[in-house]
Amino acid sequence: MKAILALIVGDPQADRAVPPTGITARLTVFAAAAMAFLAVIAIALSLSAGRVAERWADELAQSATLRLPADPTQADALLLSALEVLQTTPGVARARALSDDEQHALLEPWFGPDLPLETLPIPQLIEVIADDEGYDSAGLQARLTAQVPGAVLDDHRNWRAPLLAASTRLRMIGWIAVLLIWAVIAAVITLAAQAALSANAQVIRVLRLVGARDVYIARAFVRRFTLRAAFGATGGVVLGLLVMQLIPQDAGTLGLMTDIGFRGAGWLWPAVIPVLAAIVAFVATRAAAFARLKEQT
Amino acid sequence: MIELDKVSYGYGGMALFSQLSLTLAPGSFQFLTGPSGAGKTTLLRLCYADLHAKAGHVRLFGQNTTQLDRDGVAFARRRIGVVHQDCQFLDHLSVAENIALPLTVANRAHEAAANLPELLSWVGLGPQAGQLPPQLSGGERQRAALARAVIMSPDVIIADEPTGNVDWEMSQRLLTLLVELNRMGKAVLIATHDLHMIRSLKSDLNAHVLRLKDGQLTEAGAAL
Repeated sequence: MKAILALIVGDPQADRAVPPTGITARLTVFAAAAMAFLAVIAIALSLSAGRVAERWADELAQSATLRLPADPTQADALLLSALEVLQTTPGVARARALSDDEQHALLEPWFGPDLPLETLPIPQLIEVIADDEGYDSAGLQARLTAQVPGAVLDDHRNWRAPLLAASTRLRMIGWIAVLLIWAVIAAVITLAAQAALSANAQVIRVLRLVGARDVYIARAFVRRFTLRAAFGATGGVVLGLLVMQLIPQDAGTLGLMTDIGFRGAGWLWPAVIPVLAAIVAFVATRAAAFARLKEQT
Repeated sequence: MIELDKVSYGYGGMALFSQLSLTLAPGSFQFLTGPSGAGKTTLLRLCYADLHAKAGHVRLFGQNTTQLDRDGVAFARRRIGVVHQDCQFLDHLSVAENIALPLTVANRAHEAAANLPELLSWVGLGPQAGQLPPQLSGGERQRAALARAVIMSPDVIIADEPTGNVDWEMSQRLLTLLVELNRMGKAVLIATHDLHMIRSLKSDLNAHVLRLKDGQLTEAGAAL
């Protein structure tokens, strides 16, 4: 804590020994701001992908659909048998036959509002909701095959797997982007620090000749670049959060495109980004400064 | 305090001098003369570890420079006041801040308040204290460099042509300062072409005059 305070407060005498460097100062602040902005967006997208993946996984894992054969002569009997099997299956919380209106609503997007449902052989659908323990899907399918011939249980596994894989990949890509952003911040700040050190070679030489230790000389550069990176990153984070407010928020839909942002503990990320930028700048500038100083006698 | 023992140095494979030995003992006063290009500045730079010998040993205050780490070199330089031939300064700092720089980097800036005004006055730079180095004339820069070299009250003072750009009166004042410091026990080594300066001081001091020529360091005779 004492070291952090010393870094922020600094030594005015040591700071004055190194002249202000205009272009590298602006470059560092701009680079840190731009990268922090991109980091905010990338982290928000990654967290959003994670939330959507969890939501889809939870929703699809909890429910299944049982489709009965479209046989009008046996419809009621098949429905009763199926419900009886479901009600006696451990792990099934509830089972409910969809009403005609609900089935009509499901088909409407494909066949339009004037579909004569009552005249068509539409298979009866039953919504199956699992409890927290879940049920044995293979065992249930076997019982249904025996007692309700032609019934098909769809536990959404075929839907769920690619959705989960896609959202997991999306989340992973987001975190890779974040890592690359930090690598770019480190590279840009290293280049800016090296440019500043080269521009001040004469200053460094004079300081060395009058007895300045490397740590004294490096401290002035490190402190400047660390504070500039933190300042720029703070601006980038604020801008990123403002831009995200422009995205319409509607968690009721699929969510990936309309639920981009931070929730709960995720809000720590925007607060941490300037600190991380400062740490990256500190390490990069310190390494660059000591490497450059060792080249001088 | 500073000892060069059979030291060799050269540039681009060409030997400038070899097997050269020199000792700066406490209280000694030595002039280093020789033709241009003989290696006087190189020899001085070896004395404050700005260059490292190709062969032989350089000892600063008893420690071999090859065994000193970078902090060790920095601490040794705080005991050596150097007046460089090109009088390098930090151009964004005032003359007063430049002169106080050795104290500042040694975290002894508070001492400057006591010593700086008197020193500025002594080298005749009181009115220029707030100016920036590029505003100084050549002579003023040399005086400022000397003031910076002595502000830490170093054990050794090494000067490369310290009176090259100043008038006779000012050169006598600067030399008087060096003589006073020498009488306080400081070792002084001055590289110069100025034979008048050597003659004027040699009679007052137990000064040695060394001549560097053709890679050999010899003591000049009474003819000087």
